[in-house]
Amino acid sequence: MTMTWWQNLPLFLILCPLMCAAICSALKGKAARIVIAALSALECAGMGVLLYYTAKGNESFVYAMGEIGAPFGNELRIGPLEALTGLGFSLVLFTAILGGWHRLTKDVAPNRMNLYGSVTCLLTSAMAAMVFTNDLFTAYVFIEISTIASCALIGASNKGKTLFSAARYMIMNLMGSGLFLLGLSMLYCLTGHLLFPQLGAAVRDLLEGERYSIPLYMSFLLMTLGVAIKSALYPFHTWLPDAYGNATATSSAVLSSMVSKLYIFLLIKIFLRAAGWEVFARRIEDVLLLYAAAGMVMGSVHAIRQKHLTRMVAYSSVAQIGYIFLGISLGTEAGMAAAVYHILAHSAAKAMLFLSANRLREASGDEDTFAALRGSALRAPLAGLAFTVGACSLVGIPGLGGFTSKLYLASAGVEAGGLRMAIVLAALAVSTLLNVAYMLRSVLTIYRKKEETDQSILCKDRLFAVA
Amino acid sequence: MKKKNDAFSRLLDWLENGDQALDTEMEESLSDAFPAEQKSKRKKKAEKRKTVPKNASAPRRAYADTWWYRACAVLICLSLIGLLLFTALRLPEFGTADTLIDSELTEFYVKNTLEETGAVNIVTGIILDYRGFDTLGESHVLFIAVCTVLLMLSVRGEKNEALRLKASEYERHFEPGDDLILRSAARILTPLTLVFGLYIIFNGHLSPGGGFSGGAILGAGLILYQNAFGYEKTERFFTYKTFRWVSVCALLFYSAAKGYHFFTGANHMENGISAGAAGNILSAGLLLPLNFAVGCVVACTMYALYTMFRKGEF
Repeated sequence: MTMTWWQNLPLFLILCPLMCAAICSALKGKAARIVIAALSALECAGMGVLLYYTAKGNESFVYAMGEIGAPFGNELRIGPLEALTGLGFSLVLFTAILGGWHRLTKDVAPNRMNLYGSVTCLLTSAMAAMVFTNDLFTAYVFIEISTIASCALIGASNKGKTLFSAARYMIMNLMGSGLFLLGLSMLYCLTGHLLFPQLGAAVRDLLEGERYSIPLYMSFLLMTLGVAIKSALYPFHTWLPDAYGNATATSSAVLSSMVSKLYIFLLIKIFLRAAGWEVFARRIEDVLLLYAAAGMVMGSVHAIRQKHLTRMVAYSSVAQIGYIFLGISLGTEAGMAAAVYHILAHSAAKAMLFLSANRLREASGDEDTFAALRGSALRAPLAGLAFTVGACSLVGIPGLGGFTSKLYLASAGVEAGGLRMAIVLAALAVSTLLNVAYMLRSVLTIYRKKEETDQSILCKDRLFAVA
Repeated sequence: MKKKNDAFSRLLDWLENGDQALDTEMEESLSDAFPAEQKSKRKKKAEKRKTVPKNASAPRRAYADTWWYRACAVLICLSLIGLLLFTALRLPEFGTADTLIDSELTEFYVKNTLEETGAVNIVTGIILDYRGFDTLGESHVLFIAVCTVLLMLSVRGEKNEALRLKASEYERHFEPGDDLILRSAARILTPLTLVFGLYIIFNGHLSPGGGFSGGAILGAGLILYQNAFGYEKTERFFTYKTFRWVSVCALLFYSAAKGYHFFTGANHMENGISAGAAGNILSAGLLLPLNFAVGCVVACTMYALYTMFRKGEF
């Protein structure tokens, strides 16, 4: 059976960025920047078409890479879920590149711009491949690409601080990749398969026969741990604030909204398509639930303590990653849906926050302490508005993405019942309160006039406190 | 500004300025990583050892300096090692019926690779044909590694004069003197290494080896030559421009060829590439040119990484 024209799109969505990456490295800086902007726009269009057709038929299809298909060759699998996530990620990429355009020319030296372009292209390709892949090892190869690419994105602006944080990012993330690879090879050793469907069947066989259950659990545990480190789940978050806070705006937006979510999406795919919930449901999820709840609270506490706007936004990512893992750790369909929804909602909100924070910072003389940012929203009204909307979405004001995902999470938690329900609801409540605290503070600061005397600020704050 | 000390104004102050302690801590750790003046590492350590116990009442030290932090790090590492060993002991024993030896994949590959891909060396057949997508990604991993190093270390076209001067100073410092032993050895070894590397690349589908291993040998040959005779000689045939064109063309060819292969394969079309007579050097369809492309990329990468870390530009 030949494929229809749109079913061939995934191949080109992966191959085009790869070829653009090679071309970019030979171009001049300015041309390279145009190439990446055009490429991300193309990627959005392609994902959009895929989403339209897969959602219309509400079915997924398999695309064999080469004439020999499963289980001997590589293959891709595309359904509405993959197309939707891909569309979300490429939209984020597109806005990040356009939104950070001005900053990019300032932070990245022109003689390095072409390399920045080719790294971004490779990251785009890795994104498409990881979203579409139906094979564990292919996923690992593209994890490697995206890890090195994100390290380059952080270090690109070449100040002392960014190199420091890039090195830190590299060490922590290589640890994560290493653990993922260990888990993967153990799993291959046990089952002899790498493709998700065959792997799933083999895992189910092993579980039924109750053979090798310890290495089996260990391999999934190691993969989960690797993904948790790479996406900054709470105790493993130490690399995050430096990396996001110091990089150029495009990089921080791409990293926080696309790269870290990409790994989580991959984990969801592994459990959804390969492992099945039986493995997960016994041991891993309870631990994950506790970590996630701790992350939701502690991330927000750290965010409140920050003095710089971008670092505060970075720390709030830690809390939001906690939300996503919370959804996954419920181990139910509703929890999973909430997690995927939160991935998309938070991607959009975080990209918006980072980009508008960057604009606000530019409007106040390149300083992003809260003291310097006073009244910056009055100087850059559009950015101020965008920041406010992003902040409201994170806090969960009804009508915005964050509210819906929190609602889904809460209802999934209620469905789970028992002690879990208590933990989920408590963590949600505390974290939302803390969210309100730091987001309200930053929104108030950016809208506050500079000239105001201390007394009137005090009055106003009292008013707000009363309100 | 008059500071009132009631709870509310303290709260305001805290809201305005955030947590000072945390920031100073970060700045300290940063200045540790980038000392203003160059000190040798040992000297710095010795200084630290002297100063730390004296002012025990100093403001909070970075976490990494405290004993409990180190103890925890060691404990975590040990427990991870223990856990992994514990698991490894419970994996299927090597050589028993449970291992991969009789899995359906192995059987399929052993039976069909020669016939379907024309590769006598079935490892090459598997990595470049059946699992060609992974290998496509893998060769771009090398490319992105070079890009990253160039992005962070390159001083090419650097406006900062001081940095450029420093780089050229280093270059002179590391340029070899007239080392007779190295040169005579390199005179014999370099051509042999290069020819051996090419042999491994071109025989990749017939005997053990292939693009990755052959390319590494080629790169090693280039590095040896550079070490013995200096940049002046290597730059006659290998500059930044050569590196860029060779790697870009190789990668583009690789992606295009594999793309064609995937596209025709998925749509079940004839791809018009014949496997040829197995065992001939010109056989196995795309595998030979693909191996050559991978070899070029790997050799360029090896040499580029070496010279970037050595002097910061080509």
